[in-house]
Amino acid sequence: MPNFETVEVTTDVLLIGGGMANCGAAVEAAHWAKKHGLKVTLVDKAAMDRSGAVAMGLSAINLYLGLAEGQNTCMDYVEYVRNDLMGIARDDLVYDIARHVDSTVHLFEKWGLPIWKAEDGSYLRESGRWQLMINGESYKIIVAEAAKNALGTENIYERVFIVEPLLDGDRIAGAVGFSTRENKIYVFRAKAVLCAMGGTVGVFRPRSNGEGLGRSWYPPFSTGSSAYFTIKAGAEMTCQEVRFIPVRFKDAYGPVGAWFLLFKSTATNADGEVYMVTNRDELAKWGRFGAVKPIPANLRNWLGMMDVSAGKGPIYMQTAEAIQNLAKKYEGDEKAFKKKMKHLEAEAWEDFLDMTIAQALLWAACDIEPEKKASEIAAAEPYFIGSHSGASGAWVSGSPDIAPDEYFWGYANMTTVKGLFAAGDASGASSHKFSSGSHAEGRIAGKWICKYALENPELPNVDPATVEAIKAKIVAPMARFEEFGGYGTTAEINPNYILPKQYMFRLQKLMDEYAGGYTSNFLTSKSLMEKGLEYLQLLKEDSDKLAARDLHELMRAWENYHRTFQAESHLVSLLFREETRWPGYYFRSDTPALDDNWEVFVNCKYDAANDSWEVFKKPIIRL
Amino acid sequence: MPAFVISEKCDGCKGQDKTACMYICPNDLMKLDKDRMKAYNQEYDACWECLCCAKICPQQAIDLRGYADFVPMGASCVPLRGSQDIMWTVKFRNGVLKRFKFPIRTNDEGSAVPDGGYGAGVDDINNPTYLFTEPASLDFLGTGADVPKLK
Repeated sequence: MPNFETVEVTTDVLLIGGGMANCGAAVEAAHWAKKHGLKVTLVDKAAMDRSGAVAMGLSAINLYLGLAEGQNTCMDYVEYVRNDLMGIARDDLVYDIARHVDSTVHLFEKWGLPIWKAEDGSYLRESGRWQLMINGESYKIIVAEAAKNALGTENIYERVFIVEPLLDGDRIAGAVGFSTRENKIYVFRAKAVLCAMGGTVGVFRPRSNGEGLGRSWYPPFSTGSSAYFTIKAGAEMTCQEVRFIPVRFKDAYGPVGAWFLLFKSTATNADGEVYMVTNRDELAKWGRFGAVKPIPANLRNWLGMMDVSAGKGPIYMQTAEAIQNLAKKYEGDEKAFKKKMKHLEAEAWEDFLDMTIAQALLWAACDIEPEKKASEIAAAEPYFIGSHSGASGAWVSGSPDIAPDEYFWGYANMTTVKGLFAAGDASGASSHKFSSGSHAEGRIAGKWICKYALENPELPNVDPATVEAIKAKIVAPMARFEEFGGYGTTAEINPNYILPKQYMFRLQKLMDEYAGGYTSNFLTSKSLMEKGLEYLQLLKEDSDKLAARDLHELMRAWENYHRTFQAESHLVSLLFREETRWPGYYFRSDTPALDDNWEVFVNCKYDAANDSWEVFKKPIIRL
Repeated sequence: MPAFVISEKCDGCKGQDKTACMYICPNDLMKLDKDRMKAYNQEYDACWECLCCAKICPQQAIDLRGYADFVPMGASCVPLRGSQDIMWTVKFRNGVLKRFKFPIRTNDEGSAVPDGGYGAGVDDINNPTYLFTEPASLDFLGTGADVPKLK
């Protein structure tokens, strides 16, 4: 067992996570910090250039309003988002992000991001109402560059995995983590903390269980650290029952957005029937949301899942038909037709190469040329993500010039814990912020967190005994392996401990089978969930027996502690909501219909002292 | 398609305190075997295939092999990332070869100025409506725009 050195860092504002949200926060906070004499520190589990959900790149920006040109209003976006989430959204938070997101995108362009433009210099808007197409291979590098230039590299700690919050009574006091490269434990003390450590992947059993385990739709390194950190700090959480099921190109999870919106493709069952047409009558069962345009993502999922359940699969994206349709008007002019086809082909491949390289390889490996052959699409396993079409995260304050009084408690994006802020996938009920909106939300939080640090200038106290206990808990999995590793001759089989990978499989199996994963056809019920919670309790007890052979495996152990809390908050919230509101995300067989009485937020709060959950309703106040 | 290191090409980024792939992998997968001075993927079933490692490798020593549990063999997908654009060579199982080149940024590496040249706008930390570059950064092509609010 190596000796771990303790590194103590004291700062005013601590930004945890280096993804899109905190890159936004860094740029904004650096300005206010310089002006008012504050110190801002950022800590990232990976390298900022390629950390977070945009690490690989993206082929589109999914949120841009066009406010200056009068293309949309903030309320247009609010209406779209709340309808897509079947009414469950914080209008005020969505509005706040919407009013700042264009300015974020303009900054991206100034920083060097190539955005598709028309000849007159305006952005091309042919890829959907809210979308901009980009050449986004280096999207994250560019955005991180601005953040690093703003903060200065001396204020950035990379490869430090934050695992536990530090508290001073009801106020955040800092965070503790460890280096994934050196035997060092980091204790950060701060006046205010912004948590933006991403969503949660790997709670449910994925469709690929061999090498393809890593080919999740959202990144495998988003492991529930935001959820754990805010839950353990005692923050009220919201929408923890809302998971997102992306329907994507099958197996490699390539994006479908450009195919639907840019290439105007349709999806059909094996017989060529368009399920959105043939199953249309089903929409009437889902209240007023079945009649809104565009049809909510979960209902689109649901109509496709109906065909899959009826044995009408495979489901196809009709790529060849779409490309032929787009090139049709050039028919007769062979040169122009060839040029258009080549252009469309390059666009189709760039869509994958920019953000899901695996899908490009899978196409090549299956000899699929999209302009010649349709490709399968399928519903993926569930994900927890506050930034896309999910909604889970911390319950945060709105801004006083937008929010109703009930939704404002002093500082925008502050959780219910004093001084603890959340943004991006870490904040809930403000769906569809995507990459650009997460950055914009980070900027909002970055300004307000500086205001908080100025108005609360005393450094919170930290109990040394608590810090020592956390440090011992951090390295416990390595100590356990050292103590028991020699008991048997096979390290993986040992009655004294469980290794992180098998622990993760145990979690994934129980969530999949009891909480409505893909092998259960996304179906669950009160009885199933109660049984699932029983098994989850046993797993949680066994988390004390996680073991790690090195720092890398110690990281995996802690990722699984984190996932466990995301899973538990999901189950208790799912159980509490006695209806089926998002049939294409999960279906409760005991409460199979939408119930207007449940058009409320389901919030929850963890009581660490008693290891128990309080789950309750919060009213939705519309703008 | 987990990323793997081609032994012959990898020199362990000799002279550096860590290899480029170790530095960049968002999932902490690449590791240097100091005895052989070669990097390797220590947990290939956790690989997202983002290819951040291959794009940054100075020796072009990193390639992909499709996930063995669902990808048919024989294809490849190789990036060559420059300072302004990226070239891709995609080889199909049946031998068809496709090449693509896409821009990646419009300016020089390192030149991103945090305020985008907009400067500070309504420079008041107590104002709930404006972020520091606003309203100037909301403007597009000289149309002018103010940050909306409801109260």
